[in-house]
Amino acid sequence: MASDRDTILQSLRDSQAAASGDLPQVRIRPEVYADPVAHFSIAVESVGGRCLRGSREERVALIGQVIESTAARQVRWEQLPGDTGGTLGAVESPQSLAGVDLLVAGGRFAVAENGAVWVDDGCLTERAGLFLAQHLVLVVRLEDVVNDMHQAYERLQSADFGYGVFISGPSKTADIEQALVIGAHGPRSLTVVLES
Amino acid sequence: MASHGDNANVFVRDEGRAKWHDESLWLIRTKRDSVARTVPEWEELRTAAAAIKEYTVANLPDLLERFETNARQRGAVVHWAADAAAHNRIVASILEARGVSRVVKSKSMLTEECGLNPYLECRGVEVVDTDLGERIVQLRNEPPSHIVMPAIHLRRQEVGELFARELGTEPGLTDPTRLTEAARRHLRDKFLGAEAGITGVNFAIAESGGIVVCTNEGNADLGTSLPPVHIACMGIEKLVPRLSDLAVFTRLLARSATGQPITAYTSHMNGPRDGAELHIVIVDNGRSELLAKKDYRQALGCIRCGACLNTCPVYRRSGGYSYESVIPGPIGSVLGAARDPARHQSLPYACTMCGSCTDVCPVKIDLHAQLFGLRRDLVSSGAMTSGKRSASRVVSWVLQNPRAYEALGSAARFISLRLPWLARFALPAWFASRDLPEMPKRSFRQQMEDLGGE
Repeated sequence: MASDRDTILQSLRDSQAAASGDLPQVRIRPEVYADPVAHFSIAVESVGGRCLRGSREERVALIGQVIESTAARQVRWEQLPGDTGGTLGAVESPQSLAGVDLLVAGGRFAVAENGAVWVDDGCLTERAGLFLAQHLVLVVRLEDVVNDMHQAYERLQSADFGYGVFISGPSKTADIEQALVIGAHGPRSLTVVLES
Repeated sequence: MASHGDNANVFVRDEGRAKWHDESLWLIRTKRDSVARTVPEWEELRTAAAAIKEYTVANLPDLLERFETNARQRGAVVHWAADAAAHNRIVASILEARGVSRVVKSKSMLTEECGLNPYLECRGVEVVDTDLGERIVQLRNEPPSHIVMPAIHLRRQEVGELFARELGTEPGLTDPTRLTEAARRHLRDKFLGAEAGITGVNFAIAESGGIVVCTNEGNADLGTSLPPVHIACMGIEKLVPRLSDLAVFTRLLARSATGQPITAYTSHMNGPRDGAELHIVIVDNGRSELLAKKDYRQALGCIRCGACLNTCPVYRRSGGYSYESVIPGPIGSVLGAARDPARHQSLPYACTMCGSCTDVCPVKIDLHAQLFGLRRDLVSSGAMTSGKRSASRVVSWVLQNPRAYEALGSAARFISLRLPWLARFALPAWFASRDLPEMPKRSFRQQMEDLGGE
């Protein structure tokens, strides 16, 4: 008896005259913003997040403000852009991050078009932390703001990751009568810190 | 099986709900419009998306094999299921072999189509839908009524009553923020205790073997980053050839769906987490048959954004359950009727031919033309009801005979002006929810002649 795999592939091959056409070339005029950073921060606010700017030296102070405003007690720091040295020690289980109030993590780059930040497992101990934390801070270098998703995927073309995610704003839902509620399952707030 | 019209009659009985449903969806349509206008190259994106999907459908077997090879290389286990039964068996056997009895699931229209939840529940597995809207309909023992907003047919009072009964919230609580908070706590326990996570797949990338899942709530990520087993279920049509194609689709999907610039989370998974398993179940379940139908294969390009539902005057006013099809609205009518014309024969007629669905579709599926084609198929296969068939014959004859058209026009004007009760008496069903427009005394042609025109 033929396997399901063979049955499916055979019926697909039978149903078409021949595989056809060349891969379509996508040539979309890229978005070019006069000030991508300004555009990015407006985009982040529009999706319910906050955007702060400062230098590498101001990092601790800026994030300190977020810790204060969220009244976070358990704060966890992942590897941030420009950090050298070893990564954080492994955690016992992803579930053990359930009590984290605020997670500070590094984003590889940010997208001006939609306020998204790319985060991947190259600089995370457990990806679950991004979603279990009550509040999330993502630190991105100012020069790593790209214009649009085409540029974003160009950067990912050569990237090596097992897991990566575009995060645009905090977790949200509108499933009850279309009323927007921030903080569905994941973080109740997102702050992006753009660092020069 | 009841016709769309009969079901819609039930839905519109609650006038307040029907009006609210219509207006909420229209609001989402207007949000989509305003956000699409902020992207100057919107039409180029739609054209590109349509071309990528056309290529994908035309080269599906090769792309599927490439995807399988690459996904395996990344450590995923790839399974193939010819139909819903095979899909359910595969998922159940993965869970059984690992002794899993608690599963969290994020939204997947495919598992809905396959009836996975009842199948697993019969085998003693607790399946918790984790998307808030899906959890609501699951607790009510209902299917989703919309593909993106599963509980759009419910009012906050109904959710409040449900949560008071099922989650122990205080009776009378209707505030969406506090209801969502209650669901968050309830579901967080389920996430932390889950032994496996099941998700759908928004996009599968042939060249990398990776999969992409999009959510706003973050439920797919919690469901796959905590338990040691992730099962991703995808229809064969979810492929895109290249990673860079996602730029086109991520720009279109959320803007078309809800008017957001992108979903809150667009998660890319290349193989399993360290120390965990990733199973990808590739499902046909009638899709290859649809692909064989040249006129309708375009519908396989659908990315399930729901824009055609939100804009459809019939869907907005009749609700998702009127379709009796896993996927409602224009795209559901095409998929349902193309697959099983006899069962879904009223669906091609649940359409005003306004073409709005076609205008908003991000992958340019010619939805209203496909619905028209399905009507034609019904007529030529003789499956059309006799009443509709004779009415169509009469209309066709009248429209081909100028004299008959003229005579019927003056009869209609005479009746509507002098004997409106006769019309009501003759066509009670038509008048149940409509009234005649005010008719002019003379026809357009006569008025033109009065003006000395041709």
